[in-house]
Amino acid sequence: MAREISRKTPEDFLRECQAEEAAVAKGRLKIFLGYASGVGKSFRMLDEARRRRERGQDVVVGAIQPKVPPEVEKLLQKIEVIPLKSFGQDSAIDVDALIRRHPAVCVIDGLAYDNPPGARNPTRWRDVEELLKAEICVISSINIQYVAELREQIEGITGKQVRQTVPTAFIKSADEIEIVDAPSEQPIERLPEQQADAVKRGQQLSKLRELTLVLAADVVDHQLSDYLERHGIRQQFGAQERILVCITPRANVNEMIATARIIAERFHGELIAAYVKQPQTSAADQAALDEKMAIARAAGARIEVLDSENPVDALVDFARSRGVTQIFIGHSQRSGWWPRILGNPVDQLIRRSKGMDVRVFPQ
Amino acid sequence: MGYAAGVGKTFKMLEVAQDLKAQGVDVAIGYFEPHSRKDTIAKTEGLEILPRKKIEYRGSVFEEMDTDAILARRPQVCVVDEYPHTNVPGSDRVKRWEDVEVLVDAGINVLTTMNIQHLESLNDQVRQITGIRVRETIPDWVVQDADEVVMVDLTPRALLNRLERGVVYGREKAERAMQNFFRESTLVALRELALRETAHEVEHRHVNGHAAAPAKEGSGGKPKQHKILVLVSADPESAMLIRRAKRVGDFLDAECFAVAVQPSGDLSGLPQSDRESIERHLNFARNLHIETRILEGEDAALAMVDFARRNQITQIFLARPRDRVRLPVLGSDLVQRIVSLAKDMQIVIVSEREPLAR
Repeated sequence: MAREISRKTPEDFLRECQAEEAAVAKGRLKIFLGYASGVGKSFRMLDEARRRRERGQDVVVGAIQPKVPPEVEKLLQKIEVIPLKSFGQDSAIDVDALIRRHPAVCVIDGLAYDNPPGARNPTRWRDVEELLKAEICVISSINIQYVAELREQIEGITGKQVRQTVPTAFIKSADEIEIVDAPSEQPIERLPEQQADAVKRGQQLSKLRELTLVLAADVVDHQLSDYLERHGIRQQFGAQERILVCITPRANVNEMIATARIIAERFHGELIAAYVKQPQTSAADQAALDEKMAIARAAGARIEVLDSENPVDALVDFARSRGVTQIFIGHSQRSGWWPRILGNPVDQLIRRSKGMDVRVFPQ
Repeated sequence: MGYAAGVGKTFKMLEVAQDLKAQGVDVAIGYFEPHSRKDTIAKTEGLEILPRKKIEYRGSVFEEMDTDAILARRPQVCVVDEYPHTNVPGSDRVKRWEDVEVLVDAGINVLTTMNIQHLESLNDQVRQITGIRVRETIPDWVVQDADEVVMVDLTPRALLNRLERGVVYGREKAERAMQNFFRESTLVALRELALRETAHEVEHRHVNGHAAAPAKEGSGGKPKQHKILVLVSADPESAMLIRRAKRVGDFLDAECFAVAVQPSGDLSGLPQSDRESIERHLNFARNLHIETRILEGEDAALAMVDFARRNQITQIFLARPRDRVRLPVLGSDLVQRIVSLAKDMQIVIVSEREPLAR
C-alpha cells in the first residue's frame, strides 16, 4: 500500500541510476507535434536549427519534406543538407552518412515515414533511434494522425485509414515535445456548396487539435512526475485532475461514475475507482462490489483494490500518493448517537482529505 | 495563450498580423508592449501603431490603450497585447478586456495575448503551483467568448535558455525570475495547465458549435441538467469556492447560484468588516456571471437545503471547514449538518490548495 511513500526502494535507486546513464549516453530528442500538415512544423524546426547554428552548434538537415513553402526554403539555404539515400523509386535518410558526419544536431522531418525495402530500418523513427544512440541530437516533427495508439480514434474522426505510425512510447521518450498550434477555422471565403464540407473539415480539425493538445499535456505530465521523482519530491502539483471514486457494496455507482466520467473527460483528467477489502465481507456484498467495479472498469476507470482495516485511512493515503484532486464517495447510511458525535466515515474522510475536494453522492 | 512571459505570444500575434496585412487586411496595433525585445519589435515593422492615451495618476503620467482612437480609426483587425491588464485609475474602463469588448462590439476583430495563470478559475491551482496569488485575473467567460484560442508553446528548457541569454528580461531580473516563478518544475506544471485548458477551449468550441458550425440540439433552450448552489460567507475561502464551483459548473454545463444566509435576509445586522467581505464575495460571483441571493434564515444549513429543494438544485458546494483543535460540538459543524440533511443531493466540499513546500 501507499503507506511508506516517502522512502525510496532499491528499485527506485536503480531506476534513477539507469535513467541518468541513459541520459548521458544518448543524444537528445525534440519533437514538434502538430494536428495537421501546414500548421508550420517544418518552419519551427528549421528556425530552431538556424538559431542553434547562430549559437555555434553544428547542425545538419537529414530529411525535409519534398515540397516546402518559400519561408522554409529560405531557412534551408543556410543549413547543410545530407541528401536522402535512394532505394529504387523511394528513399530513406542516410543513417551511415549522418553517423559518419556526426553533427551535434540533426533535423529529421516526417518522423512517421516508412522506409522502402532494403533500407537499414523499416521505419524512420528507428533510424532516429540509431542516431540518438550515436549521440546525435535530433529535432523531428510528427502529425497527431501518425501516433499509433490514437489510430482508431483518428480514423473515426477523419474517416481515412492511417498506414504509417509511430508508437506513443517513442514520442513520450522524447526529451522535449513542443506543440505547433494554429487556429482550426479557415477564414477563406467559400462557395455555398463547399460550405458544408468546410464546416465538417473544421470540426474534424478541431477534434484533432484537441487530441494533440491532450497528448502533449500527457507527455508533459509524465515529464513532470519524472522530474519530481528525480528530485525526490513526492508532492503533486494538481495540474491534472485525478478523480478517485470510492466503491462500496451499496454505492450508487451509476451516478458516481457518470459524473466522474463527464468531469474527467471535460477536465482531460484521470479516473480511478477503488474499494477497500475488508475482512468480513459477505458473499452478497462481494458480488455487489464485483458488479460495481465492472461498471467502473467499463467506463474506463483504473481499478485499485486496497487492503486495510481502516478504510478512510486507506483511501486518503492512496489518494495522496496518486495526486488525486477529487474524491467521490456515497452518503453514509449510518445514524445514531455515536456517529453523530464522532462523525461517520464520510465526515472523517472530509476531515482528513485536506487539499482535495470531496463529492458526496446520494445512495 | 501561453504559460509564461517569453514563450513568444506577442511575437506570434504580430506574425499573424503581418500575414493578414500581406493578404490585404487593414491591420493596426492598438497596444503593444515592447519589453525591449529586439525580435518582437522588428515584427512590428510596417504595421501602423496607434498612439496611446496619456493618463495622469498621482503625479505620474501613465500610458494606456486609446480605445476611442481605435474606434475612430476602425481597422479590420486590431492587435492588443496583454489581455488581463488592469488600466490605471482614471481610465474609462477598469480592465483591458473591457476595452477589447468595446472594440469587438463595434465590429473590430481583435488579436490579443494572455498567460494561463491569469484565468480566474485556475487562480488557486496556480497559487498551489507557483506559490503566488495572481491578482490580475480575467473571468473565464471572457475567454470562452473568444472565437479562437491558440496555444503558443515553447519547452521550459528553451524558455530558460532564452531567459539565461537575457532575451526575455534584463540579466538581473532574469536571475531573480529563475529563482522564483521560472523554476523548471513550475514552468512544466503551468505548461500542462495551459495545454489542458487550450484543449478544453478547443473542445468547448466544437461541442458548442461555435462560429461556422450549425446549431446543435441542446445548445439552445434545453433546461440545464445540473444546478449548483454555492454557500458564500465572510470567510476568505469563499472566493476559491466560487471559482471552483464555476469551473466545475462550466464543465458540467450547469447553472450556478451563490447565496449567503442571514437571519434578517439582508446584511444590515452584521459588523462592517463581515458585511463588506460578503458583499465583495457576492460581487465577485456576479462578475463571473453567477446569480446571487441573500437567504433569510436562523439556521444556515436548513435555509440552504430548503432553497436547494425548492430550486431543483442538484449539487451544493461548500468550503472545507478549517482545521480545529477541539472536537466538533454536536450540530455546530455546518458542513456535517448539510451533508446529513441533504442526502438526496451531491455535496461537494472544496478544499483550499496549499502552495507546495519547496
